[in-house]
Amino acid sequence: MDWGTFIQYGLGRWLHIGSGVMWVGMLYYFNFVQVAALKAAAADGTAAGITKHVAPRALLFFRWSAVATWVFGAMLLGGSFLGALLLRERALVPIGVGAWLGTIMLFNVWVLIWPNQKKILGMSPATDEEKNKARRVAFLASRTNTMLSIPMLFFMVASHGVFNRATFFF
Amino acid sequence: MKNPLDSLWGTVISGVILTAVFFVLVRNIVGG
Repeated sequence: MDWGTFIQYGLGRWLHIGSGVMWVGMLYYFNFVQVAALKAAAADGTAAGITKHVAPRALLFFRWSAVATWVFGAMLLGGSFLGALLLRERALVPIGVGAWLGTIMLFNVWVLIWPNQKKILGMSPATDEEKNKARRVAFLASRTNTMLSIPMLFFMVASHGVFNRATFFF
Repeated sequence: MKNPLDSLWGTVISGVILTAVFFVLVRNIVGG
């Protein structure tokens, strides 16, 4: 194996999966833990502990691991990148669907979740009304990503060998 | 109708249904 192959497929896959674990791990933390925890904390006046000290740190790793996951995924696809995203070749359709789901999720992180979380957490100026709207948009985008992560993981990880012609070379 | 994404179970079940839909679509395209 030459160095180029090792970096693209060895390091690329390792870093893609590692950053993906971080991204989806943070996403599941927000959805399975933090939403319910914030509700309970708001009731006893301790929400600031989460919104001040936990959420900004979690969001930092969340949004940048999303970028890293996508970049290493693109690196892993290499010359098959366009073929996968355009669903041009049969063998690339399963991973192409996974790549599309991941791309939509990345869009949701940077365009819908992060700008609205900044308003909610007071990192960018917003009126109470804007904050309420931001809360709903960020919540639904986050829940959408949780929903999309299920088929995304299937097509990224579990579909190898499931479809007859989906033989991968990477 | 209530938005299924408002509940955690609704979100997970929607994800599983979406997986099944994509699975059938992709199987029809690639065969298998």
